[in-house]
Amino acid sequence: MSRLLPLLVFAALCGLLGFGIWWNTHHETNEVPSPLLGKTAPEFTLPLLYEPQKSLSRKDLLGRPYLLNVFGSWCPTCQDEHPFLMREGKSLGVRLIGLDWKDEPEAAKRWLQQFGNPYETIVADEDGHAGIDFGVYGAPETFLVDAQGVIRYKRIGMLTPDVIATELEPQIAAVSAGAAP
Amino acid sequence: MLPELGQFALILALLLALVQCALPLYGAWRNNAALIALARPAVAGQCVFVVLAFGMLTYAFLVQDFSVAYVAQNSNTSLPWYYRFPAVWGAHEGSLLLWVLILNIWTVAVATLSRRLPDVLIARVLGVLGFVSFGFLLFTILTSNPFLRHLPALAEGNDLNPILQDPGLIMHPPMLYTGYVGFSVAFAFAIAALLGGELDVAWVRWARPWTNVAWAFLTFGITLGSWWAYYVLGWGGWWFWDPVENASFMPWLVGTALLHSQAVTEKRGSFRAWTLLLSIFAFSLSLLGTFLVRSGVLTSVHAFASDPRRGLFILVFLGTVVGGSLLIYALRAPKVAGGKPFNILSRETLLLINNLMFTCAAAMVLLGTLYPLIGDALGVGRISVGPPYFGFMFALLMIPVVALLPFGPLFRWATADWRATLRVLRPALVLACIATACAKFVAPDLPLRGLAGVAASLWVAIGIALYALKRWREAPAGRRYTPEMLGMIVAHFGVALFLAGVLITEATSIERDLRFAPQESQRIGGLDFAFRGVARVQGPNYLADEGTLEVRRDDRLIATLHPQKRQYAGQQMQSKSDIDPGVLRDVYVALGEAVGSDGAWSVRVYVKPFVRWIWLGGLLMMCGGFTAACDRRFRGSPVRTAETSAAVPDHPVELPA
Repeated sequence: MSRLLPLLVFAALCGLLGFGIWWNTHHETNEVPSPLLGKTAPEFTLPLLYEPQKSLSRKDLLGRPYLLNVFGSWCPTCQDEHPFLMREGKSLGVRLIGLDWKDEPEAAKRWLQQFGNPYETIVADEDGHAGIDFGVYGAPETFLVDAQGVIRYKRIGMLTPDVIATELEPQIAAVSAGAAP
Repeated sequence: MLPELGQFALILALLLALVQCALPLYGAWRNNAALIALARPAVAGQCVFVVLAFGMLTYAFLVQDFSVAYVAQNSNTSLPWYYRFPAVWGAHEGSLLLWVLILNIWTVAVATLSRRLPDVLIARVLGVLGFVSFGFLLFTILTSNPFLRHLPALAEGNDLNPILQDPGLIMHPPMLYTGYVGFSVAFAFAIAALLGGELDVAWVRWARPWTNVAWAFLTFGITLGSWWAYYVLGWGGWWFWDPVENASFMPWLVGTALLHSQAVTEKRGSFRAWTLLLSIFAFSLSLLGTFLVRSGVLTSVHAFASDPRRGLFILVFLGTVVGGSLLIYALRAPKVAGGKPFNILSRETLLLINNLMFTCAAAMVLLGTLYPLIGDALGVGRISVGPPYFGFMFALLMIPVVALLPFGPLFRWATADWRATLRVLRPALVLACIATACAKFVAPDLPLRGLAGVAASLWVAIGIALYALKRWREAPAGRRYTPEMLGMIVAHFGVALFLAGVLITEATSIERDLRFAPQESQRIGGLDFAFRGVARVQGPNYLADEGTLEVRRDDRLIATLHPQKRQYAGQQMQSKSDIDPGVLRDVYVALGEAVGSDGAWSVRVYVKPFVRWIWLGGLLMMCGGFTAACDRRFRGSPVRTAETSAAVPDHPVELPA
């Protein structure tokens, strides 16, 4: 039996890798029901990445819908997501706020300098406490918050052009329609 | 015409690989001498055709035949000729061909240098290598053909990724692949031994030099890659725990365990099943790395363009090779633990700890690398674990290895006297403590990690030096150091340098993002940096903004640095940092963006003490690997050493009573 152990472990590994291929080809929506959906976004006050002496809180953002994108310079998946944000971030029709999560500000600035900065504003959550309040599983994650400060949509994992077109944009349209009157 | 010839050569190579695999293995099973004798000619033939195919692709790059899609995608007319060679392996298809080429070179080396080994064993070894080559050739032809035409031909190609336009890249992939692929030889020997049922220790002795050389190449490749990332990427880091880096690091970790376990098996006959398993693991992780990098399952900063068909093919191939070999292992591995008995206090135990730690480290890296995938599978979303996880776990696992390292060579096989060993090592312990205290005194703000670096490095270095001294005193002249032992000493010195480099750099580096107005001077880490403005310069295939910074210490000019921001023909930007290297510290500057319109620029400035020691350590480890492989015992061993191998004196270390 102990001699079969490596084989069994390897079979499990192959299963996981096979799943990875299947997942990449057939599954693009990472949906996890969030207890925060439809609830008010948690309270936070965080320093701005580029001007640490200033800070931004939940209240400052009320009045217009915004998209909160959780990222980190240490996170390869964020790097994959980045070009899509660079390309489509400006045309989404809502403010794109970056939440630099569990990251060193200097590293984040370097990263943004190298790959570009799609965000209107970036707040730094160096110790990750705001991330905990938002129930962040891992980076990247994206929250759509409406003008009243209620979370309307949440995406775990990267935003792809497909997700942006089929999920995010309809949600943004709904949120903007709600905000207009 | 020529690209078609290249493709035809690939197909012929594929057929010869099938011959090299099937017939000698069948012949070895049926004891058919004619089929066994086919192995070597098939190896030679296959290699000729693979070289031909590789030559055709290289030629297409040299003459810039943009009717070949792969050439058009990865080079353009302004690419200098010396970067057209590395452009051959600059993307997926070509690098796969390089993989196959290197595998063929290893196979030819095994076929020529193993004339003294039994023909049946060599037939099996070459057969297994033939199977691996067959799989990769089939993969190339079916999913990643580099010779595909793009007609009508493009007038101008896309550019080679500028990040790859660097002398480091000419060397880095070939060295890395030579290491990766080299583990296939140890793997083939293990499978041949399992198939033949001759699980004595002879095969281990024959496999050892191959493992050493492959490991040394891999060490060199990784070191080169780390150095390249440091000066090209402009982030000032030397290791990023990126999935692709991890893909090369996992075989290295298991390979390190394998080196040590092979030594035990060859000399004492113990750990036989373990050595077999590690041989399989080391190569399996090389294949797994290939899968991870090329399947698109994991994404990385420098992953190849991915395609699910490719992923599926490699997965099936991986399943066949690794699953098949683990099945053979399950059926044929020695049922009883062989070898000489050993005490709990013995060199065997220490090497077992080494093996466990390195294997655990590889498993830890694998887990971290696959973490996003596991997240998907468990339905909690794609999540990355970053350097904090890897850095912490790896350090934790390596603490016992470093602490016990100096004991390794001093402990005797079977049963060791720890009191006597400790007496020998006492100077190392005392000196390391004194030096660390001095370091604390000289540099009071040195963080704990830096102090740990000083202590660990000295403990290892002095410990190994004491061992070398002891050999010098006690062994008769001329027989003091065998190449194997010398290799071990050099490689372990490399570990000491590496430790000092990593821990001191990580603890004391200064990193600043600064805004420099023209002619402004700022003081960082005791050095004055004066900014002398930015000018436009024209390179062979790029236009660059070049900054000038003068670095002074106490008004004495020590360096003038010229970091650049380059705009390549293919519209790609690339920053090129400039470094003032030094044994005790590097000054590293990278140009950021122009800030405002008054000529001010943002500049990244790093002062990195001891960073060069990291790569120096890597190079010493490499030298150690090559030196150990030169041991005369490995070369001249006649065919019938199976019975005598255990009796070969292993240069026991006599401890004072």
